[in-house]
Amino acid sequence: MSVLVVVECDKGEVKKSSLEVATYGAQLAAQLGTSATAIAVGEATDASLAKLGEQGITKVLYDKEPRLKDFVNNAYTKLIATAAQQEDAKVIVLANSNIGAAVGSRLSIRLQAALATNVVELPKTDGGQFTVKRGAFSGKAFSDVVLNGDRKIIAVKKNSIEAQHEAGKTAEVVAFSAQLGDADFADAPKQVVMQDQAGGILLPEAERVVSGGRGMKGPENWGLIEDLAKALGAATACSKPVSDVDWRPHHEHVGQTGITVSPNLYIACGISGAIQHLAGVNSSKVIVVINKDPEAPFFKAADYGIVGDVFDVLPKLTAAVKELD
Amino acid sequence: MKFLVCISNVPDTTTKITFTPDNKEFNKAGVQFVINPWDEYALTRAIELKEANPGSTVTVLNVGEADTEPNIRKALAIGADDAIRVNAAPKDAFFVAEQIAAIAKEGGYDVILMGKESIDYNGFQVHGMVGELLGIPTVAPAMKLDMSGTTATLEREIEGGKEIVQVNAPFVASCQQPMCEPRIPNMRGIMTARTKPLKVVAATGDAARTQVTEYALPPKKQGVKLIPAESAGDLIKLLRNEAKVI
Repeated sequence: MSVLVVVECDKGEVKKSSLEVATYGAQLAAQLGTSATAIAVGEATDASLAKLGEQGITKVLYDKEPRLKDFVNNAYTKLIATAAQQEDAKVIVLANSNIGAAVGSRLSIRLQAALATNVVELPKTDGGQFTVKRGAFSGKAFSDVVLNGDRKIIAVKKNSIEAQHEAGKTAEVVAFSAQLGDADFADAPKQVVMQDQAGGILLPEAERVVSGGRGMKGPENWGLIEDLAKALGAATACSKPVSDVDWRPHHEHVGQTGITVSPNLYIACGISGAIQHLAGVNSSKVIVVINKDPEAPFFKAADYGIVGDVFDVLPKLTAAVKELD
Repeated sequence: MKFLVCISNVPDTTTKITFTPDNKEFNKAGVQFVINPWDEYALTRAIELKEANPGSTVTVLNVGEADTEPNIRKALAIGADDAIRVNAAPKDAFFVAEQIAAIAKEGGYDVILMGKESIDYNGFQVHGMVGELLGIPTVAPAMKLDMSGTTATLEREIEGGKEIVQVNAPFVASCQQPMCEPRIPNMRGIMTARTKPLKVVAATGDAARTQVTEYALPPKKQGVKLIPAESAGDLIKLLRNEAKVI
């Protein structure tokens, strides 16, 4: 038996969330007294895959079929299922990403496995039970879930595990083929359109986020948010009312019905902190709130706060970041 | 075209979440339940596509006990034609997926739509399980859905962008914004919903693969440290030297 880790790659590099997943898989394998093998999907290089040794992966399987560069649900499912069978994997670990959720749910049926998504820490495996802790109620709570049966699939929430880097260790990269044919690529995308990302930082993977609400008064003022985000190397985000009126695109909407983020630093500018918004951000490690209303509910959920006008405070923060060495 | 829209019954988004004293169950006391907000995109888009393709039907499906019926009626009031309730408390995603797959198979539905996830259990699992149980494609999460005959063109969200995907019916899609503007019921809809068929059926099997053993609330914050607006730059020093996040 072994632990199989699904590693998503893009433009030749392993995604940050997959480095976290690799770390999780390696630690889980150690806990279970076995080793962790990875199966790579997307566009990877042998060199970047070998570096997964730094996270504790011993072997990486990689199918060089060119059509696997883009996400194809059926093909990815078959690829991972084939690898799981070859490696006799009892636990499969993937990222709680759009790819991870789409593939994990299909795999759970194909491999008759119990599936847990949104998992935030390593499982408890004492006493013959396998219990994971996962986020529930859209960030408002956690639940402990027992996974039954012989096989388990775990989707790990982004930014909940810190990726380990043990310099110098390398994994063996092994050619792998799931013998995929045309039928497996029937649902391949016709076209892939990538957004223009400010500074190239994706919100779901970002370690720092600067977010704006209605207090920003209009889309024309977003330069203040972007300037601070750029100085900090942060992604930009917004509250629901802001995306509802199209000041910002919906994929920036953070909250209960948008995306849930858990960066190390979340800076909320002109956001009052409605319960639905808090649900989307309250697993952030440090929350900073800037609001001119000292009664804004967000201050109760914050670590640091500034009661003041965002138009006055934001340029000062950007200048202060630029002064850091 | 036969549309099957799966809805789940969830606490309203403004709900303050609490649990029973033993932390084993969600405390439903005083909680307002609504149609899962993500499912509203699936429902409204199915109704829009039905209106554009005469002869189509929209069936709403819920796995739940009798207390979910007000929200099933609401879905009928918004414009679904009929409804099915599988009379069972949902045990886990796998259990729900098996119910949906059984109903879909029996009814011969062409398009199975649901929300991206439920805002209570946040599984984001049922769509793929149903697709795999039925051996048909799943597109998740879908931001746009257009139909031309039996061919659907969808936009699927990926991290940092989107994919344009084409699939033929039957298929499953899990829906999210900005697919459509979710509708609310009008008076005529509310009146006609009362007489629309709502069939209650027994569950298929009782298999579940997971059990929740305990719930917990997130740890409380220590309290906010306020920095005067005049010396806002000090915040950055604190973030570096005290919080160590930049």
